[in-house]
Amino acid sequence: MKFTLSWLKDHLDTDASVEEITDALTDLGLEVEGVVNPGDALKDFKLGYVKHAEKHPDADKLRVCKVDTDEGELQIICGAPNAREGITVVVCKPGMYIPGLDITIGVGKIRGVESFGMMASERELQLSEEHDGIIELPSGAVGDRFIDWLAENDPAKVDPVIEIAITPNRPDALGVYGIARDLAARGLGTLKTRAFEAVPGDFASPIKVTIDADTLDGCPLFAGRVIKGVKNGPSPQWLQDRLKAIGLRPISALVDITNFFTFDQNRPLHVFDAAKVSGDLRVHRAAGGETLKALDEKEYTFGTGQMVISDANGPESIGGIMGGEETGCTEETVDVFLESAFWDHVQIAMAGRALKINSDARYRFERGVDPEYTIEGLHRATQMILDLCGGEPSEVVIAGDVPDHSRAYKLDSGRVQSLVGMEIPESDQRQTLTRLGFRLEGNMAHVPSWRPDVQGEADLVEEVARIASLTKLQGKPLPRLTDGIPKPVMTPQQRRQQMARRTCASLGYNEVVSYTFIDKPSAALFGGGGDATMLANPISTEMSHMRPALLPGLLQAAARNQARGYMDLALFEAGPAFHGGEPGEQHNLISGLLVGRTGPKDVHGASRAVDLYDAKADIEAVLAAIGAPAKVQILRGAQSWWHPGRHGRICLGPKKTLGVFGELHPKVLKEMGIKGAAVGFTIWPDEIPMPRKSGASRPALDISDLQAVERDFAFVVDAEVEALTLVNAAAGADKALIADVRVFDEFIGGSLGEGKKSLAITVRLQPSDKTLKEKDIEAVSGKIIAKVTKATGGTLRG
Amino acid sequence: MDDLKAKYLGQIAEAADESVLEAIRLAAVGKKGEVALKMRELGKMTPEERQVAGPALNALKDEINSALAAKKSGLEDAALDERLRTEWLDVTLPSRPSRQGSLHPISQVQEEITAIFAELGFSVAEGPRIDTDWYNFDALNIPGHHPARAEMDTFYMHRAEGDDRPPHVLRTHTSPVQIRSMEKMGAPLRIICPGGVYRADYDQTHTPMFHQVEGLALDKDISMANLKWVLEEFVKSFFEVDDVELRFRASHFPFTEPSAEVDIRCSWEGGALKIGEGDDWMEILGSGMVHPKVIAAGGIDPEIYQGFAFGIGIDRLAMLKYGIPDLRAFFDSDLRWLRHYGFQSLDMPALHGGLSR
Repeated sequence: MKFTLSWLKDHLDTDASVEEITDALTDLGLEVEGVVNPGDALKDFKLGYVKHAEKHPDADKLRVCKVDTDEGELQIICGAPNAREGITVVVCKPGMYIPGLDITIGVGKIRGVESFGMMASERELQLSEEHDGIIELPSGAVGDRFIDWLAENDPAKVDPVIEIAITPNRPDALGVYGIARDLAARGLGTLKTRAFEAVPGDFASPIKVTIDADTLDGCPLFAGRVIKGVKNGPSPQWLQDRLKAIGLRPISALVDITNFFTFDQNRPLHVFDAAKVSGDLRVHRAAGGETLKALDEKEYTFGTGQMVISDANGPESIGGIMGGEETGCTEETVDVFLESAFWDHVQIAMAGRALKINSDARYRFERGVDPEYTIEGLHRATQMILDLCGGEPSEVVIAGDVPDHSRAYKLDSGRVQSLVGMEIPESDQRQTLTRLGFRLEGNMAHVPSWRPDVQGEADLVEEVARIASLTKLQGKPLPRLTDGIPKPVMTPQQRRQQMARRTCASLGYNEVVSYTFIDKPSAALFGGGGDATMLANPISTEMSHMRPALLPGLLQAAARNQARGYMDLALFEAGPAFHGGEPGEQHNLISGLLVGRTGPKDVHGASRAVDLYDAKADIEAVLAAIGAPAKVQILRGAQSWWHPGRHGRICLGPKKTLGVFGELHPKVLKEMGIKGAAVGFTIWPDEIPMPRKSGASRPALDISDLQAVERDFAFVVDAEVEALTLVNAAAGADKALIADVRVFDEFIGGSLGEGKKSLAITVRLQPSDKTLKEKDIEAVSGKIIAKVTKATGGTLRG
Repeated sequence: MDDLKAKYLGQIAEAADESVLEAIRLAAVGKKGEVALKMRELGKMTPEERQVAGPALNALKDEINSALAAKKSGLEDAALDERLRTEWLDVTLPSRPSRQGSLHPISQVQEEITAIFAELGFSVAEGPRIDTDWYNFDALNIPGHHPARAEMDTFYMHRAEGDDRPPHVLRTHTSPVQIRSMEKMGAPLRIICPGGVYRADYDQTHTPMFHQVEGLALDKDISMANLKWVLEEFVKSFFEVDDVELRFRASHFPFTEPSAEVDIRCSWEGGALKIGEGDDWMEILGSGMVHPKVIAAGGIDPEIYQGFAFGIGIDRLAMLKYGIPDLRAFFDSDLRWLRHYGFQSLDMPALHGGLSR
C-alpha cells in the first residue's frame, strides 16, 4: 500500500516529520517498506537569477551567463535555447550532484571560457522528462531553496511517497484514512473528520437493482445511482499526480475517482456506462459456464455459485472482483451508473482464487471493507463526480441492507497487563480503543464496523499493546521450570541422529542437506515416484515427488560436483524419506555415498577406487556410534538399486534390517550420470533397539594375566562359502577359550582350481585359569578344523 | 703403572673403530692382558707391597674399562650419526591423504539453538513434514478463506480421485508441531521444534525448502515481557555478544495475539554484519502471545494457560552468524561450499565450551 505525505495530511492534522511518521507506522504494525522522498535529492539546489547573457565568443549555440546566486555572481556557460537575461533559474554549483545526469559537476572550461556549474532542466533534476530548456520559474528570489519553491508552487513534485506492508488482518489500513486513524490513536496528530451530507437525486434511477434471495449471504447490500450528462475526460492534475505517485495510471476522471476511493477510503466502487447497460442490474449466482470479458480484457468462465452482476443481456460484472469490458466507461460516456456494494469476504476470496483474478477490489473485499460506508461512499463519490465531471444524479437505488456486524468484547485491563507484561493504566487502554473507533459501554468495547479482524478479547489486548508500543516492552526473566541444573532435553533418537552425523563427518564424509522433493524418474529408481508422494503443485518437474530415500539426492549432488570437476566424493545426509503421502508416512534415514577414489593420486600410492568394504567399514562405525548391537547377521536381498551380488543387509533376524551397504547398481549410476565407482550405505536409525540398560555403570572388566596364543589356519572352500560362516564355525569350537577370529587372507583360483578359494584365519586363544600347553592348543585346533570342515565343506589347506 | 695408564688411555683415545677398541681391551684388561698379568704378579709380593699395588691395579683396571665404555659409546654415536646423515627424507612431500569430513551449517546451528534453549528448559519436539491442512492452518487460526493461506505459497500433496479430503500440505512452518505437542504433552510446556518447512517460492532469497525453529512456552503467567527476555538471552548467547538490543514491532500472525516482529540492532560495514551495534535494524523472527483459539485447538484451556511462541529461520541465523551470503547454496551440495562453510565433527556446540570457535 502506497500513499503520499500530502494525501495522509488530507486526513491527519500533524506537524510530525516524515521520519516520525514512518517510525510510528512501523511500530504500529504498518511496516514501512520504503520511502521515496524526491526532495532529498534536490535539497541543496537554490534559485538564481540570470543578470546578463551573451553569445559565447567561439560557439553560436552557447551563451555566457552571469547568474546571481546566494554566494554572489557566477559565470555559467549554457547551451539551452531559453537561457537568457532576466529569468529565474535553478543553479547547480560546482561540487553538487546532479541526480538526472548521475555526475557531480565541477568547474569547467568550455571553448576557452570558464563555467562555474550549470542551470538545470527538469530532466536533470528528475522532475520530468522535459529537457528542451532549463527550468524557468515565474517567481522566487535568489537564494531560495528550490524544494521550498516546489512545496509552495508544485507540491506534488516533492511529495514523499511512503510504502507500507499491510498484514491481512488490517483491511482498514488499506485506505489512507485508516492509516491516519492509527497515527492519530498513537498521538501523532488529529484525525480530520468531514461532515457527511447525502447528495439528493433529482429523478428516479432508470436502472434498478435486485439481489437474488440465494445471493444475499454473499452480497447483502448493493446500491447505485445513475448520473446523467457527465463529461468524462482526463482527471485534474492533483488527482493524476496522486494516482501516479502510488503507481497507478490515470485513465479518465470517472475511473480515477473510483480508484481514488479505493485507496483513500478502502471503498471499491464500479462505474458502468449506463447507455451500455440494458434493463436492470441483478446480483445472482452463476449457473456455471457463463463467460465474461472483464476490464483486464481477459475472458473468464464462471463456476457454479460465483456471484455475477447481470443485465438483460447477461453477465456484465464479476461481483466484487472486476467489472466487464462491455459496459465499462470510456471518454465518451455520458450517463454513468455508479455502484457501491458490500460483498462477503469468504465468497470473494474463494471466487477470486478460483478465477485467478488479482484485482484491487478482490484484495480489499476478501480482507473486509467497512459495510457501514457503502452508502456514504456512494454519496461522496457522487459529489466528486459532480465536482469533476458535472452531471445530474438520480435517486439512489438500494437492494439488501447493511449486514449486522455488531459485537462487543470485555476489556479486561488486568489481562492486558498479564499477557503483555507492560504497565498500561486502564484509562490509557480505554482512550486507545476510543481513538480507534471502539465504543466503550462500561467495560464492554463495541467493535467499529471497519475492523472485521477484531473477534475476541485477545484482539483488544493486541490493539492496546500495539498503540502503547511494543518497542517500550522491557524483558522479564522467564523463571526456570525446576530449581537446579537443567536436565538433558534430547530424546535418544535425537542423540542418535546427532552422533550419526558427527561420526560420518569424522569418517571424512561431507554433510549435505538436499531438497526433500526430487524428480519422478530419480524417485522411481529408488522405489518411489508414485502418486501418493506426488506434489499437486510442484515448482518444477525436478521437484515433483517426495524422496523415497536419501541416495538419489546424494547421487544427484555427486553428479553436480563431478560436473564441476570434483570426481572423488564422500557425501552423507541424515533426514526424512517418505513412503506415503499421509502425515507420519516418513522415516528417518542416514545415508552415505562414496564415489570415485579414496583420494587424489598421491606420492604414497594410497589412492584406490572405493569399494564396498569402505562402505562396510563406515556403516559399521556409524552403527557402533549410535549404539547398534555388535552381534548382527549380514544377509543379502536388499532393494533393486544395489548391485545384486555386492551388497549386504545388516540385520537382527531376517526381517529387521538396521542398514544396507554395498555397490550401487550400475544401471542406477548410469541413469544418475555418475562416473566411476560408487558405494554407499543407508541406516534406519529408528530400527535400532533402544539399549535396555538403566544406568551408566558398566560390567566389571574381566582380563587375564595369562599369555594369549594366536594360531593361523587356512581352509580351502567353495568360492561361494561366506567368510562369516567360517568365522562363526571357528569361534564356536570353544567359546570359553577363543577370544577372537579374524580373516586375514583370501585367495581365489590359481592352483586351487575353478570355484575354490582359500580363506586364512587367525584364532586368538585366551586361557583364563592356566597357561596353555602345546597339547591344549592341539586339542582346540582339532576342534576348530572339525567345526569349520563341517560347516563349510572345506578342507584344511596343506 | 703410570706408564701403563698413559699408554692405554692414549690408545683408547685414538681408537678409530670398535675392532681397534676391542683389541685394546684384550691387550689391556683381557684375561691375558697386561693388567691381568700384573694382577697375577700380586701373589709374589709381600703383603705390604700388595696393599699398595692391589688397589692401584684395580683402579687402573676400572679407569681403562670406563674409558673403553665411554669411547665405545662415542664411536656408536658417531656411527649412528653417520647413518642418520644418509637417512634423509623430503619432508615437504605431502602426507598420506585423509578425507576431511564436515557438518552442514544447518545441523550445526540447530545444535547451537538446542544447546541454548535446553538451558532454559525447552525440549526438542518434532513433527511430520507432510501434514493435514487442519494442523498447518485451521488449528493455527487460519481458516480456509484466510488471505494468509494464499500468501504462504503452500505446496499441496496430490489427492487421489475419489478422496474428497482436503489435500495435505507440505508444512509451511513448524507451527503445526505446537499443536501436536500440546495434544501430546499438555501444559505447562516448553518446547522448540526445529525442522524443514516449505513454500512454493524460488528466487534470489527464497528456496522452496528452508528450516525454522519454533518455540513455545505455556504456563499460567507467562507474558510477552518473558518472551522478550528469552529472545534477548537467546540472541546474546547465539551471536556470542555481551549486549544486544531487540526491537519488538507490532505485527500480525493469525496464531498469536498480540504479535510482534523482532528486529535486532546491527551494522553493515563494508559488507560485514555486526550484531548488537550500529544504526540498522534487521528483522530476525516473528513472535507473539499464543492465540487463545490455538491453545484451545491443542486441547488446553486458554482460560488457565497462556504463553508465547516464536519462529526463527535456522538458515537465516546461520547466514547471519557465519557470514554465508546465499541461501540457495545451502541446498546445492557444492563440495567447495560444504568444505568452506561446514563444521568439523568435533566442533560440538556447548554452553560450557562456547558455541563456536
